[in-house]
Amino acid sequence: MPGVVFFAFFAVAPMVLAVYLSFTTWNGLGDPKPVGLANWQKLLHDDRLTQSLTVTVLLTVTSWAFQTVVSLLLGVWAAGRQRNRAILSAIFFVPFLLSSTAIALLFYALLDPNFGVIHQDTLGSTSGAFLAIVFVGGWQFIPFHTLIYQGGARQIPEVLYQAAAIDGAGRYRQFFSITLPQLRNTATTSSVLMIVGSLTYFETVLILTQGGPGTDTAILPYLMYEAGFKSYDFGYASAIATFLVVAATALSLVLVRLTGFGAMRSTREGM
Amino acid sequence: MESYSRRWVLGAGATTLLTAGLTACGSSDSTGSSSTVTAFVYGDDATKVQVKAATRFNASAAAKKAKGKIKLEKVPGTDYPAKLRTAMGSPNAPDVFFNWGGGSIKAYQEADQLVDLTDTIKSDPVLSSGFLPSVLAAGALKGKNYGIPMRGMQPVILFYNKSVFAAQKLQPPTTWAELLDINKKLKAANITPFALGGADIWPELMWLEYLVDRIGGPEVFDRIKNGDASGWGDPAVLKAAETVKQLIDDGAFGKGFSSVSYVNGGAPAVFAKGKAAMHLMGSWEYSTQLGKFPDFAKTNLGWSAFPKYEGGAGDIRNVVGNPTNYWSVNTRTGNKDAAIAFLRDCASEAYAKDLVANGDIPTTSNAEKLLDSSPNPEFAKFQYQLVQQAPAFTLSWDQAVDPDVSTPMLTEINKLFVGKSSPAEFVSALKGLK
Repeated sequence: MPGVVFFAFFAVAPMVLAVYLSFTTWNGLGDPKPVGLANWQKLLHDDRLTQSLTVTVLLTVTSWAFQTVVSLLLGVWAAGRQRNRAILSAIFFVPFLLSSTAIALLFYALLDPNFGVIHQDTLGSTSGAFLAIVFVGGWQFIPFHTLIYQGGARQIPEVLYQAAAIDGAGRYRQFFSITLPQLRNTATTSSVLMIVGSLTYFETVLILTQGGPGTDTAILPYLMYEAGFKSYDFGYASAIATFLVVAATALSLVLVRLTGFGAMRSTREGM
Repeated sequence: MESYSRRWVLGAGATTLLTAGLTACGSSDSTGSSSTVTAFVYGDDATKVQVKAATRFNASAAAKKAKGKIKLEKVPGTDYPAKLRTAMGSPNAPDVFFNWGGGSIKAYQEADQLVDLTDTIKSDPVLSSGFLPSVLAAGALKGKNYGIPMRGMQPVILFYNKSVFAAQKLQPPTTWAELLDINKKLKAANITPFALGGADIWPELMWLEYLVDRIGGPEVFDRIKNGDASGWGDPAVLKAAETVKQLIDDGAFGKGFSSVSYVNGGAPAVFAKGKAAMHLMGSWEYSTQLGKFPDFAKTNLGWSAFPKYEGGAGDIRNVVGNPTNYWSVNTRTGNKDAAIAFLRDCASEAYAKDLVANGDIPTTSNAEKLLDSSPNPEFAKFQYQLVQQAPAFTLSWDQAVDPDVSTPMLTEINKLFVGKSSPAEFVSALKGLK
């Protein structure tokens, strides 16, 4: 019950108000004035929204690919029982414990072209800025997904590997024929978390690139922030926010449906 | 999914929670008890001057007469404008607040939240003759005063590294041709001519502000500031953008400038260490360097006015930047007399002395004689005379126009500097800003 009240007050109520605000114009002073569909029409014809959507999708897909591959390999590696792996896994987990803001500030300093580690105009080029965001996001969240994969890999029954070894399967064959198929449900869970998470990426972009160079990394949440807290156009910002909520909800529903997340079949059927 | 809903609250919900507060309590007009006057101030190092002023005022006869005491609230962080906007829309609005004049207070004026100080200033000799007229005027909106100057002046100055200039046998440029010539010599010696914190964007803006002034005169931006977006079509804007493009293509800012930040200390360090020879920056560069590279600030930091542009309409004495910061009074204050009495203290000699001791240059008419006690009298007098003799002091563009214009304007400037748009595209994008 307290959970419901909390959710209603801090999630549902603001959501309803954001929908209301999206039909008004409000600069933060006085009362919001109703403007009908003006903000929504503006949203439909805003070139920056199209660009922003493209960047958001690209970022989501790239982050997902990068994080999945690395966390899968690290997770399977960390699932081993050797002591050095336990110690290293603990160290690998540290980035996830740091705040996103601190991480972004740290990398911002490291990317300084004069005093950082890479003497390049990284954040000044479109691809550089984009890859920096993907990398920094990965650096932060890979430890968490590694943990998921580690747990998943440890659940795989040892007998499967023993049987495969008897049949003469090598390490690679074992990985592709046993580990990967057995991790199917783990991968689904991790991917859904990654994809929905990257839709609400914000601090990293705000601190590293401020949507730049130009507007090339201005993802949806950043566009919303800019409209609201830089231009004080809270009506338009709320329209973007509502759009984001609808898009993210739709996407996660589709993901759940497509991946069978709701009705996961056991990977051990027939064993 | 849990992290999803939490972030959603942070992102989308923050704005709307404010609405809830506003609609619930928006009808109440009181701003605390009438005897306490709350003042919001930008919470940086310079706040100690305002802290002293509040203490002095609270013990004064003027405070007793007005039956009010000042309570300073130091609002930390770079997001002061957003925090102020939030507070001003809520029942906990301050009575008196720090601002940049011009566009930064326009929305408050339109919402009837600013006390018109024009007559107060006119009828009070302490205020009317207390400040430099150009500074008082720069904070006004359509000829009406809403602010009292309360901090030091912050003109944008061309700083140069004296040891680099001496080693290359150079003099600070007074004309554009000289500047280009200096650039050539510096590049031959493998030194970047100018440090530029492009990641922050506003340091890029300074170049356009000065170039448009020198090429077309202060009238060009004046027209834009007053709401005529077609003013961006003035040939001076295109010429300035082309000049910027030439500088960039020529390597005047080095290669990685768009990843360099002023705020995190990157650009000041490039300049202090002699990797770059010059730095176009607000006068606060001096105190920044004093904090980070004290030896450089004391012995090797040189300064000069922005050069003249051959054939341009602008006077070399014109200045751009932030004339100063201002106190404005909220119409909903419970004790207007106390608020205005506190504002009068800014014209006092004691206040000016505190500013000078802090390394600031007061914008009061009595300031010049106090400057000898400044930590750096030479720099102080240079600044004071620069501003005092300026035929025009153009307020920083991002402060002069509305936030909903300045945000896309800064984005367009960034696109010009990173090469995402050509000077012609830059001009046509700006003309589209209403």
